[in-house]
Formats: sequence, C-alpha cells, structure tokens
Amino acid sequence: MRVPISWLRTLVPGLTACADEIAARLVRAGLEVEQVHRVGQDVRGVVVAEVLDVQDLTGFAKPIRFCHVSVGQRTHEVVCGATNFAAGDRVAFARPGAVLPGGVDIATRRTYGHTSDGMICSGAELGLTSDAAGILVLPASAPLGGDVVDLLAMRDEVLDIAVTPDRGYQLSVRGVAREAATAFGLALRDPGLEPAAAPSPDGFPVRVEDPELCSRYVARIVYGLDPLARSPLELQRRLTLSGMRSISLAVDVTNAVLLELGQPLHAFDLDALSGAIVVRTARTGERLRTLDGVDRELSEQDLLITDGSGPIALAGVMGGGPTEVTSATTALLIESAHFAPRSVARTARRHRLPSEASRRYERGVDPALAGAAAERAVQLLVELGGATAGPVSDVDGRRPRPALRLPVTAPGRLAGRDYPADVVRRRLQDVGCHVTGAEVLDVVPPPWRPDLAGAADLIEEVVRLEGYDTIPVVLPSAPAGRGLTTQQRLRRTASRSLAAAGLVEVVTPPFVGDEVLASLGGAMTCPRLVNPLSAEESLLRPTLLASLAAAVVRNVSRGITDVALYESGCVFIGSGQSAPSPGVDGPPTAEQRAALDAALPSQPRHVGVAFAGDRASWDAPLSVLVALGRELGLDLDVRAAAADPYHPGRAGELLLDGQRVGLAGELHPRVVAALGLPARTCAGEANLDVLVEAAARRGPPQAVPLSPFPPAAVDVALVVAREVPAAEVEAALRAGAGPLLEGLRLFDVYTGPQVGEGRRSLAYALRLRAPDRTLTDVEVLSTRDAAVAEAARRTGARLRA
Amino acid sequence: MSGPDPLDPATLEQAGTGALAAFAAARSLPELAVTRTEHLGDRSPVALARRAIAGLPGPQKAEAGKRVHALAQSSQAAYEARKVELERQRDERVLAEEAVDVTVLPERPDGARHPLTTISERVADVFVAMGWELAEGPEVEHEWFNFDALNFGGDHPAREMQDTLFVEPAGSGLVLRTHTSPVQVRSMLDRELPVHVVCPGRVYRADALDATHSPVFAQVEGLCVDEGITMAHLRGTLDHLATAVFGEGLRTRIRPNYFPFTEPSAELDLQCFACRGASAGSGAEPCRVCASEGWIEWGGCGMVHPAVLVACGIDPERYSGFAFGMGLERTLMFRHGIESIRDFYEGDSRFTLSLRSEA
Repeated sequence: MRVPISWLRTLVPGLTACADEIAARLVRAGLEVEQVHRVGQDVRGVVVAEVLDVQDLTGFAKPIRFCHVSVGQRTHEVVCGATNFAAGDRVAFARPGAVLPGGVDIATRRTYGHTSDGMICSGAELGLTSDAAGILVLPASAPLGGDVVDLLAMRDEVLDIAVTPDRGYQLSVRGVAREAATAFGLALRDPGLEPAAAPSPDGFPVRVEDPELCSRYVARIVYGLDPLARSPLELQRRLTLSGMRSISLAVDVTNAVLLELGQPLHAFDLDALSGAIVVRTARTGERLRTLDGVDRELSEQDLLITDGSGPIALAGVMGGGPTEVTSATTALLIESAHFAPRSVARTARRHRLPSEASRRYERGVDPALAGAAAERAVQLLVELGGATAGPVSDVDGRRPRPALRLPVTAPGRLAGRDYPADVVRRRLQDVGCHVTGAEVLDVVPPPWRPDLAGAADLIEEVVRLEGYDTIPVVLPSAPAGRGLTTQQRLRRTASRSLAAAGLVEVVTPPFVGDEVLASLGGAMTCPRLVNPLSAEESLLRPTLLASLAAAVVRNVSRGITDVALYESGCVFIGSGQSAPSPGVDGPPTAEQRAALDAALPSQPRHVGVAFAGDRASWDAPLSVLVALGRELGLDLDVRAAAADPYHPGRAGELLLDGQRVGLAGELHPRVVAALGLPARTCAGEANLDVLVEAAARRGPPQAVPLSPFPPAAVDVALVVAREVPAAEVEAALRAGAGPLLEGLRLFDVYTGPQVGEGRRSLAYALRLRAPDRTLTDVEVLSTRDAAVAEAARRTGARLRA
Repeated sequence: MSGPDPLDPATLEQAGTGALAAFAAARSLPELAVTRTEHLGDRSPVALARRAIAGLPGPQKAEAGKRVHALAQSSQAAYEARKVELERQRDERVLAEEAVDVTVLPERPDGARHPLTTISERVADVFVAMGWELAEGPEVEHEWFNFDALNFGGDHPAREMQDTLFVEPAGSGLVLRTHTSPVQVRSMLDRELPVHVVCPGRVYRADALDATHSPVFAQVEGLCVDEGITMAHLRGTLDHLATAVFGEGLRTRIRPNYFPFTEPSAELDLQCFACRGASAGSGAEPCRVCASEGWIEWGGCGMVHPAVLVACGIDPERYSGFAFGMGLERTLMFRHGIESIRDFYEGDSRFTLSLRSEA
C-alpha cells in the first residue's frame, strides 16, 4: 500500500511530523513501512511557460511540433511530440539545465532539424500522472516563470507499507491515518463516518440471494455525467503517487475512494444493465467475459453480480466487459458492497485474478463503510463531472458483532508488565473498540477489524500500541534438562567422523528426476511432488547418491580435482497415503494421530559419501563407513555384493549382525557415464538411523581388562583359493584362535607362481596375550595351530610352505 | 728383560705427553678408539708400567705405583674429555644432517562439516545449556501438523500451490513442511508440560533457487510452554540467543507483525553486529551490513496462539507460551559475509571448507 504523506495529513489535520518520523512511529506500532519514497525532491528548473506559436513540422513518421514558448523575460524555441496544446496555453517547461524525476537532465539539443532549447513536459515526465501521450496543460492562472514544483505541490513523500493478511484496514489511507493519529495522539478526521444519503423505494432493484456471502449491497445511481470531464490534476497526482493509472473520471473517482477508504467500488454503465441486480452464485455452464477481455467459465462457487442478461461481474474481483463504463457513459450504477473474504479469495485464485478489490475483500473490508464510500464517490462525480445524484438502494444483512470479554489484567499477564486499567481501555478505544465493564471488559471491535476475534487479539492491540519496547527482558528458567539424547549425540559423532576422515559435508536439495533415478538402477519407489519446481526434478530422493552425484559433477566442473563429499540427510521411501485432517478443537484422538503418522512415507536419515578424481578409490567409501561404524561402537562386516548402482566386482555391502545397513564401492561404469561423473567415481550410503539405533541399544561400551603380561607375536601365511574373501579367512582365524587372540592384521597378499594358479597367499600377524600370565611357547603354537585349523576347515586354507 | 725400563720416569713422562697429544689429535671416535688402545690398552706404556711394578722391591713399589697411577689417571681423563667432545661433535653433525624442511608437510585430505550443521548444533547447544531439549520431526509432513493445528485457516495463502510443495497423492494432505513449527505441534502433543524445545531442521517452499531464495532452507525454532510465560520471557530468550550466537552486548528488538500461530506476533530484529546500531541516524558512518538501519531482520516470534494450544490439548486458560524462529542461512550470511543463499546448497567443497571453523 502506497500512501502519499500529503493525503495522510488531510485525514490527520494536526500531523506535522516529517515523513521519517511518521514512518518510525508506524513501524513501532507494527506497520511494515518498507520504504519512504521521496518524489519531486530532485526536480529543478521546471517553470510555467506560455506557448507563443506552434508550427507543425512535416516529413516525419509522427507528428512533431516546433514552438516558441515564453517564460517571462525570455523565449525559448522547443521541439515537441505532443499535439494536445495550442498557442496561448500555459505549460510546464523544463529549461536547459533542468532536472526531471529520476535525475533526467535537460539540455539544449538539435532534433528534427531544429534547436530544442528545453522540453515541454507531460504529466508522466513530471511523475505526476500516468499520461505520457499528451503534455500537461496548466491553468491559465499559473504565473509565467513560476516554479512548477511549488505550483503543483509536487514535493511529497510516499510510505510504502507491506500489509499483513490480518490487517485489511491498512489497505487504505483511512486505516493508516488511524494508526498515525494514535501514534501521535492526534484526532482523526474519519471520512468513513460521513453521513450518506438514505435508501429510497425508487432505488435500483437489488436482490441478494446469499446474504452469507454478501452482507451488504449499496447501489447508487448517477445521471448526467459529462463524458468529457477529466480528473483534476490533484486527483491524478494522488492516484499516480499511489501507484495507479488515471483512466477516466468515473474510474479515477472509484479508485480514489478505494484508496482513501479501502472500500472497493464498481461502476456499471447504467444503460447497459437490464432488469434487477441479483447477487448469487454461478450456475453450471455460465460464462463471463471479464474486463481484461478473457471469457471465463464460472464455477458454482463463484459469487456473481447478475442482471436480466446473466452474469455481469465476478463479485469483488472484476467486472464484466459488456457493462463496462466507456468514454460515452453518462449514467452509472455504483456498487459499494461487502463480500465474504473467503469467497472472494477463492474466486480470485480460481481465476488467477488478483485485483485491488479482491486484495481488500480477502483481508476484510469494513461493512459499515458501504454507504459513506458510495456517497463520497457520488459527491465527487457531481462536483467534478457535472453529474446528478440519483436514488439509493441498500440491502443490509449485517449482523451485530458479539462483545469479546477481556479481563483488564490479561494484557499485562501475557506481556509480563502492568498496564493500568485506563490504559487498556484507552488503547482499545484507539483502535475503534467500544469498551464497557471494569474488572472484565466487554469489548465490541470496530467493523473494520474483523481480525479482532478473541481476547488474544485485543491483548495484542494494547501491547503493540504501548510499545513492544516497553516489555521487560527476563530469561525464563526451564526445568533441568537431560541434554541431547543418545541418538542425537551419536549422529553428531557420525558427522564428525566423516569430516575427520577428510570428507567435506554438503547439503543438497532432495529433488531428483526420474531419469537420474533410473540410471542409478534398482527398483526404488519414492514420493512424487504434486507441484514440483521443475518437471525434471519431481521426485523426493530415495537415495542420497542422486544428490551427491550432482554435487560431485558441480565440483569437478569448477576445477576441483580431489573430491570427497558426504551428506547426512533424509531420504524418502515408498509413498504417502491420504489421511483426513482431524479438527482443531482439541488434540487428535489416538486413532486419528496414528492415521496421520501412518500416512507419511518412510523418511530415514542416511549418510552418503562420494569420492572422485584424485580421491577416487574403490575401498575409500567402504573404509570410511566401516570407520564410522567403529566410532559408533559397531563392527560392520563387509561382504562382496553385486548391486546397483555399483561395479559388480568392486562393491560391498555393509552388514550389522548379518543385516545389510549399507552399500559402497566403485560406481558402475554405466552409471558413471550416465551421470557425467569422472571415471572410477566411488560412493557409498548407509542407513544412519539403523546404525544409531543399534549403537544406542548396545549401551555404554564395557572396558577390556588391560593385561600386564607381554604379548606374543606370531605370523601365519595361508594359501586360499582366490575367490575366498579375506574377511572369511580372518573370521576363521579369530574363531580358531579363541580368547587369547588380542589382535590380527593382514600384512601381505601375494599371488604368483609360488602359490599356484587361482590361489593367493594371505599373511596375517597375530598378537596373542593372556590376561593372567605370560604365554608359553607351547600355548602360542597351539593357539596358532588352532587358528590355522579353523581357517583350513572353513576356507580350505593351508599353511604356505 | 730388554728394552727401556717402563718405569723410567722420563719414559713415563714421555708416555704421558704422548697420550695427551694423541687423544687431542684424534679427529673421530674410531680414531680415538685406536688411540685409546695404543695409550691405555693392554700393551700401552701405562699397562706395561703397571705390570713392571710387580717386579719392584717393596719400598719402591709405592712411589712407582703413585707415578704410574697419576699417568693412567691423566691419560684416562684426557681420553674421556676427548670422547665427550667427539661425541658432541658427532651428535651435532647427525642432527644437522637430519634437518628437514618443516614447511613441507605431507598432504592430509581436508574434511569439514557444513556451516548449517555447525550452526544448528551451536544454537541447539545454547538452549540445551538452559535445560531445553532438542526436538525433531519428519520433513514430509501432514497438513494437520503443518497448517491446521497452527491456526492456518483453510483459505490461507500459504496453503496454495505457489507457496507450498505438495506430495502425491494429490489431495492427500501431505506436504513438504514449510517451517519447523509442526515439530512444535508434535512436541506439545507428545511431551509432558512444561515444554521447552528447540527444533532445527530443513524446510521447503515453492521458491526457485536464486541469490536470496531457495526451495530448501534451514530453520531453527524454539518453543516454551508453561504456566505464567510472558512476552518478557520471549525477549529475554531472544537476547540470550543473540548474545550466544553473535557476541556480548547485542540486543534484539521485536516489532508487531502477523503470524497465524502466534498472538501477539512480532518480527524479530537483531542489532547490527557490524555497526552495533551506530550507523542509524543522519550523519553517521554508513553500514553495509544493515544498510544503515542499525537493525537486521532475523526472524519471527510471538506468544503461542490460544487456538494452537487448544489443538495440541493444552488449556490456554492455564498455560501460555512463546515461540520464535529464524532462518539459519540468514544467520550465517550475516555472520560470515556470505552473499548468496545458493552457496549453501550447491555442494561446492570450497564453500564448506572455508567456513569450517566453529569460532
């Protein structure tokens, strides 16, 4: 909402503060003043001139005039492209050296074969009107050589206010003026309270079929409007500064009333109407060509204004073409109505037709205003357009608002400070409430405040007008807390372990496309968005690899050659279900709650890693995930696995107690190619929720006894078939060696003629130790033999000769 | 017995002089070892003299012994001194030889956690230190938690397609949560009163990615519900958080605003941490961080709307609460001078690495 300060001052006569001070006070009262625009401040050197002579130049594609103008002491020759003036007219003339709005400098120049020693200005060039086609012709009384900026009061400031959805009244100069008057303790001259002409039996016939959707409908007739009458400059200036275009007197007047009072008006061409006005919802198959020229199919939920011919307007949203006011219109029917916010909002959205009117109706228009607003419009048309006021109709279905009850101490209780009873009353009266009662106040909110629906709303008014800055600052004391949960701490540990392992964390959007998902293979089902930002990315990722791959590609494309990334984030598996929304009059029942939770797709937190470029190595993702498990106190086993999207011979699954919790390894060359990844990119992913839960279940780790006795080292080299995984040999050695085995390390892998075709040698260093004694040679050897025997039994291993 | 008398004083004298000179002349430990054999070994003059003493008559033994002993001692001392000196030289040389260029460090891969992760933890820790608890909830959420229970009417614009990302099946009521407030609803439903929770998390809006918008962003919200909770408590908590995140002495300011789920509602401004508010007002040094406003918009807050309490099964006559929320990207952009919100979500490792310090 753009509010010219000059307009604001007309409604708050005592308001003398500067625009910045006004803005600051309004901000304190909760209005979001986004900017104070200054207009006319930079304009210099524009003076009143008289046109002495006009010569039409020929031979150009458009009409061009060469004129002489006088500013008093001297004359200037000037070229002009407008034709709406004649010799003897007084005009706004920018002399050489003048500056126009936006810092446009005017200088003498050569154009169309003549010297143009300045410029005759249009209203648009001066920032006054939206008329750029014709120049601004000034009244004959304007003094020659006088400063146009002063003459037209062009210097002004405009408040740009972002209006929150609950505060429709602020979409009017009237509403902002009320806040300004309160903020400065001044009186408001409320044009909304001006008396209006009473309805008469000869008023235009109006019937409202659905009073729930239209609680008030005032129709005013105006005859004898001079179709050539134009809006005076001051009216045009106000509209321009408020961000509207000047169209015609009739439209400008309805817009001016809309801006000043916040009441949308619609003017119908009376001669185009047939029969009574009926306000009703649309019937199946009805259509309306709206003012923007679009032929619209109407919904049965659209509220319409109709006449004998059918729909003539979408109520509160936009009028129809056939009844539009034209340049020939002399008789008008002015509609000043109140439509239900929800109905207007739905219709405006359904037809994608936000308008100045719908914005206001959606946020709530003062239903008491209809008469005064129509009256104001009629008066202006009489005054400015030579019209005659006709009869009045008023279908009034308003119901009185019930009083709200507010304990006088409630504002202080919620704010944390005291407000004297008289302050509470006065502040409620400031916003327009009718207040009675003592201990408990009965408060009837004003009709322009539909948002005041409960005690909390009234409390806010008192607290905000007294100033949020007067509320004390007190730190509340919470009961002793238990800190982070085990799971929360373990998740932090997991993240730190990956960073410590040299991986860089990324956070990526979870949107993926079907194609990317298909190239990752595997039959993954995941939820799809109804309204994705991009049709190419309409799925919610069931795996972190899709997003990580995109991040790898981006890093590589930016010249980073050693890429090692990780992400800890949610993935989305399966699909959601429908579940009805319970009411909000109380908490959902256990069944309702269960249904709500059951409707959600599975959303486990995963951890994903990716290595590319210099860091690509098939084992890297497996090792960091195994190390992550160890940080959580879990021993993850690795087993070869051929699974999408991995290289069938260079990937493994991570097992926790035999259950798969993740996969990692080198990506399949086909996937690498499809996703545009560098060759040999490696990746892995594990279900962090499962790991963390398992770790939490395991509880605190138990100390191992620290034996003071020396360890015994013994090496074994075992020859096994090549396809036997080292992990199996190791597991067998561990099982065979029994409790004396303290540590075991694979230190050499050998393939070659000495061990034979299809076989390899695995050399292990075993460290044995007993808790209670130094081991004897016999014990060491028998332990070793037992280990080897078990390896032989399980894997066919034999000691290397 | 032939040859010179090993006990001859002149011979001894000469042997002593010779030993001292030889030890002094030894240039290395091996050389010294050879010299030692020569002058203190079994066949050295001292050894010969010692053996010769045995053949002397008793009365002469003592004096000869004294003389030989003096010789042995002086030679041994000279040897020891030289040995210490040569060892010192050797050690010095070895250490000098072992010197390395300590500025050549083996490359260790750099890892780092994302700034959104560390700031979430930092904010959570501030509240956990006050006895609050960390609450979490799902990202695909049912509208009842995301809107209905939070007093969003059925026609609230936030429920429109242009603002909210909906999840299939269409009309199912599933959305990508648009704020972390559904976690507050879950907390109120699931926890015993009083509730003091902080909820960081990812949230979604139907905004295309540009310098100031992102379809996914990170928020942190806080909720406190108890008997006698006031706006004064809200202000105290916000000031405390601002100080904890941005440093001592920074204040917050609240301005009236509108949210469906709070009443009264407020916009939360943070005193500009760069100019500390000094740039506001005419004539002051301009500030780039806050555009000389003195304050920067940080988030929203308010007193929990009674309708929200009712939907969560809490008696608004008895209990009151406050809630607040802010964008973590915005917080980080202020703190670290980050210019585009894109940087958080593009996954460029340089971004994460440059912001790894939790200082």
